[in-house]
Amino acid sequence: MGFSHVDDIQDASGEGRERRCDRGTRGFDVSAIESAGRARVARALRDHEAEIAENWINLQVEQDVLVAGIGEGELRGEADQLVASLRGALADEELPTARLASEHAELRRTLAELSLRRARGGATPAAISLAVLALKDVVLEILRRSTRDATELFEAAVVLNRVLDAGGILAFDQYVATREEIISRQSRQLMELSTPVVRLWRHVLAVPLIGTLDTSRTQVVMESLLQSIKDDEAQVAIIDITGVAAVDTSVAHHLMQTVAAVRLMGADCVISGIRPPIAQTIAQLGVDLSAILTRATLADALAAALRITGDAPLPAGVGGGS
Amino acid sequence: MTGVRRATGVPILRLGDVLVTGLLEELDDRSATAFLDELTERITAEGAKGVLIDISRLTIIDSFVARTLSELTTTARLLGTRVIVAGMRPPVAITLVELGLRLDGVETALTAERGMAALGWFRTASSQEVGHGDHAG
Repeated sequence: MGFSHVDDIQDASGEGRERRCDRGTRGFDVSAIESAGRARVARALRDHEAEIAENWINLQVEQDVLVAGIGEGELRGEADQLVASLRGALADEELPTARLASEHAELRRTLAELSLRRARGGATPAAISLAVLALKDVVLEILRRSTRDATELFEAAVVLNRVLDAGGILAFDQYVATREEIISRQSRQLMELSTPVVRLWRHVLAVPLIGTLDTSRTQVVMESLLQSIKDDEAQVAIIDITGVAAVDTSVAHHLMQTVAAVRLMGADCVISGIRPPIAQTIAQLGVDLSAILTRATLADALAAALRITGDAPLPAGVGGGS
Repeated sequence: MTGVRRATGVPILRLGDVLVTGLLEELDDRSATAFLDELTERITAEGAKGVLIDISRLTIIDSFVARTLSELTTTARLLGTRVIVAGMRPPVAITLVELGLRLDGVETALTAERGMAALGWFRTASSQEVGHGDHAG
């Protein structure tokens, strides 16, 4: 097939034009500039591997894009790995230069790991991208020492730009993805934290709801409430919405669903903490909560709950025994 | 003890004036109907004042079974009998609510024991209190 000249890409400097005809049938356009440039950059990366890695680290220090906490050895390993995988990617003739960073498995992984490591160390996404982009300057400097030919330099610069610009963006993307993951994990934790089911009295449970009620939140509340009802053999569950910022039709609907599920379990439900403005909103919305026992305060709700369970309310300071 | 097991494979026991039964696995439509028929028959034949159906083993309730339970409650009420469905699992309750099946009119109880208490069957009050006290907390 036409792919057999992987080897001669190394000494291809002059003959790019010919190869271009070869490639015409391949569906993407590897221009003559690109293939010559790729060969040149790949050769520079091979011949000056250690120097490039060293200079890259130094440049990063100069540009002040490093964060504390990454050791010298680690940095060196990172640099070697990036240089090596970049060279490997450039030798892969299957992929056009602009897509190397996103589609060459090893280069992609190297960039992702770099981004992840620095993101954990607290680097900004800009700093991570700049660090990747700094490699351009370093390689270009090496190339400039080896040739004075403007065309050759230009070809190499185009290739470097294409591959490392994409690399910088990928590193940025990776940072964002990592952050997204952290955010979603935190919101999950927050959700778990913010829906505690507390035991108020014998057979009486309460869920103080704080924040906003949406479908996923209702789901979590419902699950943990029903499980606690089962575990504690509770007879009454009090849902306290003092901390709920606003009630609209969907929130009301979610509340009714929860109440219905509690009833199916064989327990009663009291909703408390309906502040005057919220009561007004509910009335204005025309939501029918008449099937649900509601009380203004948690204390009233507890009194109502005790009437349901048959436990007489006791004076303060006396325990829950009968 | 004739009639404890019949075509549906669901045992129906009589304790005083209460019929006790439990659904062990999900019923298909036909056996749900058969169960309904049999239970209605037993209610009239034995003059039961209450029926307790324990569903704590069911992990799923489809719309047909839900409707059967609703119908049973209505039928029994016409015959002067209270039906209590006891022991519904939390996931089942959530699913029913999400499907919009609220089992209107059906009385529920947390456990079979609570259901029996609601139907007028008590262990002696003190032993119940002690029992709960031990488990609580």
